[in-house]
Amino acid sequence: MTVYRYPRPAPSEITPRHLFLSRRKMIASAAMGVVAAGVSPYSALAAEAGQIDGRGWPAPDKPTSLNDITHYNNFYEFGTDKSDPEALSGDFVSRPWRVQVDGLVDHPKVWDIDELIRQFGQQDRLYRMRCVEAWSMVIPWNGFELGALLRAVSPKSEARYVAFTSVVRPEQMPGQRGGAFSLTWPYTEGLRLDEAMHPLTILATGVYGQTMPAQNGAPVRLVVPWKYGFKGIKSITRITLTDRQPPASWNVMAPNEYGFYANVNPAVDHPRWSQASEQIIGQGSLFYTARKPTQLFNGYAEQVSGLYKGMDLNKDF
Amino acid sequence: MSGRSVSSRQKNGFTPVKRQVLLYLFFLAPFVFDLTAGVMGNLGPDPAHYCLHDFGRYAIRFLLLSLAITPLKRFAGVDLMLWRRPLGLLAFTYAALHIFFYVVVIRHVDTHVLWRDVTTRPFLIFGLLTFLILLPLALTSTRKTIKALGRWWRPLHRLVYGAAILASIHYMIAFKTWHVQPFVYAALVCIFLSFRLIRKGRTPRRA
Repeated sequence: MTVYRYPRPAPSEITPRHLFLSRRKMIASAAMGVVAAGVSPYSALAAEAGQIDGRGWPAPDKPTSLNDITHYNNFYEFGTDKSDPEALSGDFVSRPWRVQVDGLVDHPKVWDIDELIRQFGQQDRLYRMRCVEAWSMVIPWNGFELGALLRAVSPKSEARYVAFTSVVRPEQMPGQRGGAFSLTWPYTEGLRLDEAMHPLTILATGVYGQTMPAQNGAPVRLVVPWKYGFKGIKSITRITLTDRQPPASWNVMAPNEYGFYANVNPAVDHPRWSQASEQIIGQGSLFYTARKPTQLFNGYAEQVSGLYKGMDLNKDF
Repeated sequence: MSGRSVSSRQKNGFTPVKRQVLLYLFFLAPFVFDLTAGVMGNLGPDPAHYCLHDFGRYAIRFLLLSLAITPLKRFAGVDLMLWRRPLGLLAFTYAALHIFFYVVVIRHVDTHVLWRDVTTRPFLIFGLLTFLILLPLALTSTRKTIKALGRWWRPLHRLVYGAAILASIHYMIAFKTWHVQPFVYAALVCIFLSFRLIRKGRTPRRA
């Protein structure tokens, strides 16, 4: 299997010390090779993290803890407050789950979620997540390349875009009972086909080696690390290949604030706030937040800037 | 006035000013709670924004309460005039904390970003203007300044109506989507301000 190389946040950003220690204990005590094999990618990362730990002062980019990743979410289907998705997603049922892949493809198919995971496997992808609200986290996702799934259904030559649709379940998602004051449901997103086929683009089904929590987009969500977080549609039910640009929820609601491309770009401000820097969640203190300068394409410029050759990023933001 | 204060002093031993100070200190409780919870790590992954938003909400709440005092007296006969000054000062205090968290804690006094904020972003301009109104009102709320301003004190402090309107707009347009609470507060501002348009026949209005 070829290993895709991409810029990863520093080893110091990866595994919190307590996890590192608990995993090492687990490996030590586990006579079962199966467990050790399942954990191995993490133990490799943890070994590196252990070396950095010895410096004795907080590294400039600490890893985001699982607790922060699961308690600070934008998932308006559950509510607009960052704490709502964790607090109000208890009724959400994410298994059984089916994902329909159709449109301009030769072999449309409906996958059961576990079948999908079995067929395409699980890779670890450590990505920085940059929210359009100017904060970021470092998240160890588990998932597979969207490109692998798309190749399996054989896109027709007319296919230019990929449309994604999320779920509508007002009885399980209190934010969908809000009426006219929020987004319209279902949440939809879209990518150009070449963006969707890019090896950095994944469908994530887990985080920190755990099944995807409801508040993070269970059971399967999109992760496009060079774009603002809202492009990462959660709880996907349908993926459709089309020949025209599909509607994307935030873009439809406020096209002047959220572009279809939504590439991370420190030079293009949101009309209501600067995008030049970002707050690092889980670092800093109550009296002084931790910030870092935002990078073009969220630090993945080398891998993806070719996709946008000749485009005016100020116009097509 | 003086008769009332004498009788209340006889009743519980507190002068009106002491009572005002006590009310003010009592309603600093949300500030103390947030700060304590934040330091203990109980405000979630982003305590700074939690405080920013919470203090902003308290500022507008106290502004609303201070605007409710006069209509309550005129139309409901409930005289809470004594509490108007501390409520106004609480609105100012929470607005100042709100701005401190934005400018210092979150923006690190980055003058380049802040300048762009107040020159290009309407919701922040509305917020800043609100504070620029509340500031002189807070400074002129001591007995000495009230006396010194004389008949100008009243028209000056009517600027609070403008502050309430600006704060409502700031709150309404601050989010990515429309939120219900800012509209409820804006409606209350409209109601409280429209009471001021109703004239009572027996009180001749002076220019």
